[in-house]
Amino acid sequence: MTNIPMEAGLLLAGILFTLGLISVLIRRNIIFMLISVEIMLNAAGLAFIVAATRWAQPDGQVMFIFILTMAAAEVSVGLALILQLHHQLKTLDSDAANKMFG
Amino acid sequence: MELTFYVASAIAILATIMVITNYNMIHALLYLVVSFLAVAVVFFTLGAPFMAALEVIIYAGAIVVLIIFVIMMLNLTNEDVQQEKTWLRPKTWIGPALLSLVLLAELAYLVIAEDMPTINNQPVDAREVGLALYGPYLLGVQLCGMLLMAGIVGAYHLGRQKKKVVHRFLERSEI
Amino acid sequence: MENLLWLIPALPFAGALLLILFGRRMPRNLVAILGAGSVGFSALITLLLGFQFLSARPDFYVQQVWTWFDVAGFSPGIAFHLDALSLVFVFVVTFVGFLIHVYSAGYMADEEDFARFFACMNLFVGSMLMLVLADNLLLLYLGWEGVGLCSYLLIGFWYKNPANGYAARKAFIITRVGDTAMAIGLFILFQTFGTLNIQAILSEAPQTWPVGSQKAVLTAFLLLGGAVGKSGQLPLQTWLPDAMAGPTPVSALIHAATMVTAGVYLIARTNVIFELAPPAMMAVAIVGAVTLLIAGCTALTQYDLKRVLAYSTISQIGYMFLALGVGAWSAGIFHFMIHAFFKALLFLCAGAIIIALHHEQDMRQMGGLRRALPVVFWTFLIGAASLAALPLVTAGFYSKDQILWYALAGERGNVWLYLAALVGAFITAIYTFRMVFITFYGEAKTHVSHPPGLVMVVPLVILAILSTVGGFIELPHNFAHLTLFSDLLQPVLPGIAVDETIGESEWMFQTLAAGVSVVGLFLAFLFFYARPAAFQETITRSKVTMAIRDFWFSGWGFDKLYDMLFVRPYVYLSKLNKADVIDEIYTGMASLAETLNRALSRTQDGVLRNYITGVVVGAVLILTLSLLL
Repeated sequence: MTNIPMEAGLLLAGILFTLGLISVLIRRNIIFMLISVEIMLNAAGLAFIVAATRWAQPDGQVMFIFILTMAAAEVSVGLALILQLHHQLKTLDSDAANKMFG
Repeated sequence: MELTFYVASAIAILATIMVITNYNMIHALLYLVVSFLAVAVVFFTLGAPFMAALEVIIYAGAIVVLIIFVIMMLNLTNEDVQQEKTWLRPKTWIGPALLSLVLLAELAYLVIAEDMPTINNQPVDAREVGLALYGPYLLGVQLCGMLLMAGIVGAYHLGRQKKKVVHRFLERSEI
Repeated sequence: MENLLWLIPALPFAGALLLILFGRRMPRNLVAILGAGSVGFSALITLLLGFQFLSARPDFYVQQVWTWFDVAGFSPGIAFHLDALSLVFVFVVTFVGFLIHVYSAGYMADEEDFARFFACMNLFVGSMLMLVLADNLLLLYLGWEGVGLCSYLLIGFWYKNPANGYAARKAFIITRVGDTAMAIGLFILFQTFGTLNIQAILSEAPQTWPVGSQKAVLTAFLLLGGAVGKSGQLPLQTWLPDAMAGPTPVSALIHAATMVTAGVYLIARTNVIFELAPPAMMAVAIVGAVTLLIAGCTALTQYDLKRVLAYSTISQIGYMFLALGVGAWSAGIFHFMIHAFFKALLFLCAGAIIIALHHEQDMRQMGGLRRALPVVFWTFLIGAASLAALPLVTAGFYSKDQILWYALAGERGNVWLYLAALVGAFITAIYTFRMVFITFYGEAKTHVSHPPGLVMVVPLVILAILSTVGGFIELPHNFAHLTLFSDLLQPVLPGIAVDETIGESEWMFQTLAAGVSVVGLFLAFLFFYARPAAFQETITRSKVTMAIRDFWFSGWGFDKLYDMLFVRPYVYLSKLNKADVIDEIYTGMASLAETLNRALSRTQDGVLRNYITGVVVGAVLILTLSLLL
């Protein structure tokens, strides 16, 4: 019924992904890094939905569900790790966790 | 519908930019919710209403709430906001941003260079997705279940604060 | 009874093992008993086996103990082969070795490393027995290298003095030259015959190689190289005089009586190959003749008692080589046996003198010892007489006379070899009695402080008896028909044909040989006892005689020659290559890896963002490449 060009959808996914990437790169706060990873995952999911719509197939949406599941698991483990890190180091600075330095 | 798509897209991008530039974590999370909601709208316009619902429930709901809980547990103060400010200097972000923009430019070039047809927007409803999930992707679903299980166990294990459990009488007697 | 054969080499090895493992904690008496006892028991078993061998007269006994290894049909065994030739060697090694062990118990009584000494000595005796009993050339080579090792260990026994260590290394390296030649010879033999079993090779060689074939000559020369290195013959003789750095019993055992004669054994053992290679036989004879002259002349000028004996050893082994070279196999082995007796005797006497005089080895500091050490004097005199081959009463006369006779009358002999041997006998008589007169006569110069004990005297007396009566088991043809020794060796070593034309006049040459040694004795008496001063003056007055004396004193300049030819260029080259070009490659590789490691480990700084940046850069690069290409 509507004619949304596929480029537009994929471009949106790319832009969101890049924004998440920038955030991961520039933030030192480990919670922000986790949030950024969520943004990137979401962007990847968006790309799958666009593809699913393009081909009118459910596979892309199935993939999105998988990504969703993974994101949920990742967030739970990641947050547990952050709690532990904060408990040990009393900071959220990811650079502080370089005890295994080269 | 096209207009809705573009407006939602614009909102998603703007909200995300706000997320990555904000110093206050709670504000950033609120913008993140906005971003997720906008993406849900995009899903809807793309004819995936079930996914839009999941996006709202799980991303905007569960995950963000989880993060907010953790932030509340960590008991962050205004100092942390100031800390964020000192960490986020142009010197630190300009290089990675340029790098990422190069990546984006290349992605965009790849997307645009290909002569792609417009989406004929056939809605794929939840029923088909369900059939596919429990048909050819059954194995994937089971793997997802295992992953979630591992996530729960891992989160429990890692999140446990290791405290010495000593009975108070014993503690006293030891002293 | 033959089953006991393996015990002969095994007992000394067991003794060595025990001494190496527990020697430090053993009391000295026990060390001495174990050290001498193990060799003594070997000697006893040799005696038993020898009696049986002599009464039963089999051709040989063979005992296969086990198979050493078995690779592609090549399976050398730890197998022992006893025939007349090895019996003689085993007899000498165990008996002389036993006597020297007993003597050492007295001689080394004050040494710190008593157990180490006996361990090495036992190891040596074991290796030597393995060498002479080996049934294949590989086992022989094991023993061969084993005695080389023990020689190194014992020359450097007093390792705290760097000069001794230098002498030990010199001996080791120079004999290694010969050993390498021998190893190549063994390779050729194996390549040709597909086996290293001595008897198999000896029986097959005449069928495979015609007389004088190139390969036979080459092999014989390579084996000769090994023999020359071990036996201290020209041109590899330079290590033997320096080997006197070791304790005197070692010199007696290794560098006089047994090890250095391994070369003689090797040539006698492989006599078939040498018979097939006439040029090599000639070379053996010439090497022997030249060596005996050169070493004899050098012995004339030395002042160190042990060095005189060392050069005389080289010279006497020269006689053995001469005998082997002219095909008088049994004469060479006979001389080996007699030489082992009297040279061990002389060395042990020298040791008694040296220890009596507080480790004084210079003959000029000795003198007048005749009264101070009567037993040593008499036994030394007997040994010296045997070495100088004084006629009729000494064993040396009978053995040396045989060699002289065959050098002339044997089918391969000629008048030049005879003359060399005769002149050598003359020189031998002079330097031997020079030793006697300088050491035992004249006025006393050093006080005698340690008269030898009973443990040291008894072996001297026994050896003295042996070096007198040992000669009577083989008499010249014209004396009486008594040829026990050559009869014994008959099955192993071929006899020698005598040129009939001069056969009649044997007694004339015997008189000549006897006369020569008596004249030598007289000259020595004249020069070194009656008028030493006048003789000294004659020598020092003329520049020519002094130059000759110096030349002889330095061992005919061989050390200097080798130093210039080999040592200096080698040292120069190694100095050039001090940094080691080849090593640079490897250290370069190592340092390159280290640099890269350092560079890469800098990327592992533990900062998460940097890792992600790395991932992004990689992604950008790959995308860019895929776009561009």
